[in-house]
Amino acid sequence: MREMVNVYIMGKKYTVPEELTIMGAMEYAGYQLIRGSGCRNGFCGACATVYRIKGRTELQACLACQKQVENDMYLATLPFFPLIKQQYNINEISPEEQLMMQLYPEIYKCIGCNACTKACPQELNVMQYIAYAQRGEFEKCAEESFDCVMCGICSSRCPAGISHPQVALLTRRLTGKYLAPESDHLKQRVEQIASGQFREMMQSIMQKPLEEIKELYNKREIEQ
Amino acid sequence: MFSQEMMDSIKKIEATRQSRIGADLRRMTADEKEKLLKEYHPDFVEDGFSTLEIGPNKGDKVPHELADLLQANSRLLDLDNYKDLSELEAELIEPDYDVDVLIIGGGGAGASAAIEADEGDADVLIVTKLRMGDANTMMAEGGIQAADKANDSPAQHYLDALGGGHYTNKPDLLHKLVTEGPDCVKWLNDLGVMFDKDSDGNMITTHGGGTSRKRMHAAKDYSGAEIMRVLRDEVMNREIPIVDFTAAIELILDDQGKAAGAVLMNLETKEILIARAKTIVIATGGAGRLHYQGFPTSNHYGATADGLILGYRAGAALLYADTLQYHPTGVAYPPQIFGALVTEKVRSLGAQLVNCEGEAFMNPLETRDVSAASIIRECRTHKKGIATAEGEGVWLDTPMIEQLHGEGTIEARIPGMMRMFGKYDIDIRKVPILVYPTLHYQNGGLKIAADGMTDIENLFVAGEAVGGIHGRNRLMGNSLLDIIVFGRNAGKNASAKCKAVETGRLSLKHVEAFAAEMAAAGIETEKVSPLLLPSYTHGREND
Repeated sequence: MREMVNVYIMGKKYTVPEELTIMGAMEYAGYQLIRGSGCRNGFCGACATVYRIKGRTELQACLACQKQVENDMYLATLPFFPLIKQQYNINEISPEEQLMMQLYPEIYKCIGCNACTKACPQELNVMQYIAYAQRGEFEKCAEESFDCVMCGICSSRCPAGISHPQVALLTRRLTGKYLAPESDHLKQRVEQIASGQFREMMQSIMQKPLEEIKELYNKREIEQ
Repeated sequence: MFSQEMMDSIKKIEATRQSRIGADLRRMTADEKEKLLKEYHPDFVEDGFSTLEIGPNKGDKVPHELADLLQANSRLLDLDNYKDLSELEAELIEPDYDVDVLIIGGGGAGASAAIEADEGDADVLIVTKLRMGDANTMMAEGGIQAADKANDSPAQHYLDALGGGHYTNKPDLLHKLVTEGPDCVKWLNDLGVMFDKDSDGNMITTHGGGTSRKRMHAAKDYSGAEIMRVLRDEVMNREIPIVDFTAAIELILDDQGKAAGAVLMNLETKEILIARAKTIVIATGGAGRLHYQGFPTSNHYGATADGLILGYRAGAALLYADTLQYHPTGVAYPPQIFGALVTEKVRSLGAQLVNCEGEAFMNPLETRDVSAASIIRECRTHKKGIATAEGEGVWLDTPMIEQLHGEGTIEARIPGMMRMFGKYDIDIRKVPILVYPTLHYQNGGLKIAADGMTDIENLFVAGEAVGGIHGRNRLMGNSLLDIIVFGRNAGKNASAKCKAVETGRLSLKHVEAFAAEMAAAGIETEKVSPLLLPSYTHGREND
């Protein structure tokens, strides 16, 4: 017999094996999930969940696929949260401080409560990355927010109405496109291919009989 | 968090670690690899497969679980609000959506196709049964290959992928993959994907299993997630309509047998909707959630081979549907993340595969199929695995990475892995982790020509639902590349082609014809397909 614990899914009590994740516990209880289940591996943010252990005041947040159940856990899933996503043309914006003022001015209303950071299931320093965005330090914001799964729990806790994941995504795209150094070797290789420089080499391999190709493969030099 | 037996074994790993660092682990010969695969790779386990009795691939073997769905009843034959198929057919003249390009699937391939089709001025609609971005793309950790370094070339990339694929890759598809690789990485870079680069802008590239050049580009170990969230953002910036939580449950053809739309079902309300389109792109991804041969999977929740079912029932042929990729390093412990992916990048960075005695039993950078078979042999025949609640596993010696590349490397290069295990009090910088093969990738799929189109006119396929690009085994980093190259390709060609398409009268005759073919072959089944979502009980029925 497995060790069992009591959990309260959306307030309703279920007795479930203690080794399960919250997502597993919901399925054990009989849910067939449509919402609230995505990669089941901690990368997609589909299964944002808030919970409180009976008798404690602290409200905690997690990803249901990554968190093991605990006894007397009262949980509610947050499979969707209405974030603000501003439209922009990536080719027509530039990574300057006033961009945030134009697209996401609410970030300047941050009151420094740090509720976002406390709620982040990825343990990111959310308030800090918003501070970087406010100051136009987009690369720092991008780096600090890199592991964001865009679950939206931070925004659900924000008294200033900030859509933190969207702000962070904008700074990452700005960093990737404009702020990170350009890859000359990549640009050059694309031009070489377009000009047909590798065509002959490729055709010569493709035309070889299978035995010769095998020989080439088995004896190819491997970069150390 | 480890058991006492595991802790004891870890002591042996630690005892041999120094002597293993820098040791030259021999690669297997071609003959050794072939013998190993035949004996231990799940693709060669004969009773895991059935022979298809009807359809374009009649006589071919595919996994039982897939055969059962390919030869199952259409969902249209048993709809709640419709008396019969003809009642639904009568509604086809008034479609709910009428677009140029219909894209089924909201992962990396679907998003790339949508962006290019939009760029080609087509009227595009994306339907996806979960959310936009809920896809295997999001979970691809390790990286994306492209031959963009001075010592590399598309031809070298071709050779690596062809040998890795056991020389079965479709040459024209593979040619496209490797030749357009650098352009696709540049496309992603210019959309704002944050690739790992040095201060001069050089891409930081590593090896993957089976590569002869370091051409694996990465965004830490969030490579796929980083790509997916940028592509999704771009789709949204372009205001391309997305209908989410809505599955395609059958294709619609026109009276000339050309693809002309899809029957959709809102998964929450069960409402049936009709989408008419001039061209269609199937970008529905893989099949890990069918759990072939009982394997756990690293795939996302919706990976149920839906596109293969839709295409097959409409008459599109499959290619290599009997070959699957079992990623050698799925999580074997702890049970909460059983089957989850441990990125190959861990081995790229130098971590060795080690048995319970502390012996490195293989070169960690063999191709995935060979590595998976070797781990299975180590456990099953050599009896040098470590027992876990769910089965067994071997050690992946992560602390070596810090010894090889310096302290802090794990946090900088594979933070996702550190976080995933950290949640279960396992610090991968200090202790090794237990791994065992997990069902990871569908090598086969629907057969396409180099323009992305199937045998059915106006029906395109992109991404993991395609068969032939990788032959019978895919190299790490070639699937993120494939979804971009072939997603863009399908989007461009589907939008170009739709300009000249005159759709005929919409029809579901092929659904009836398939049912008749099933009946004629004596196939009687309760099963309906596509599956859409798996169902899990976690052993409830035994408690």
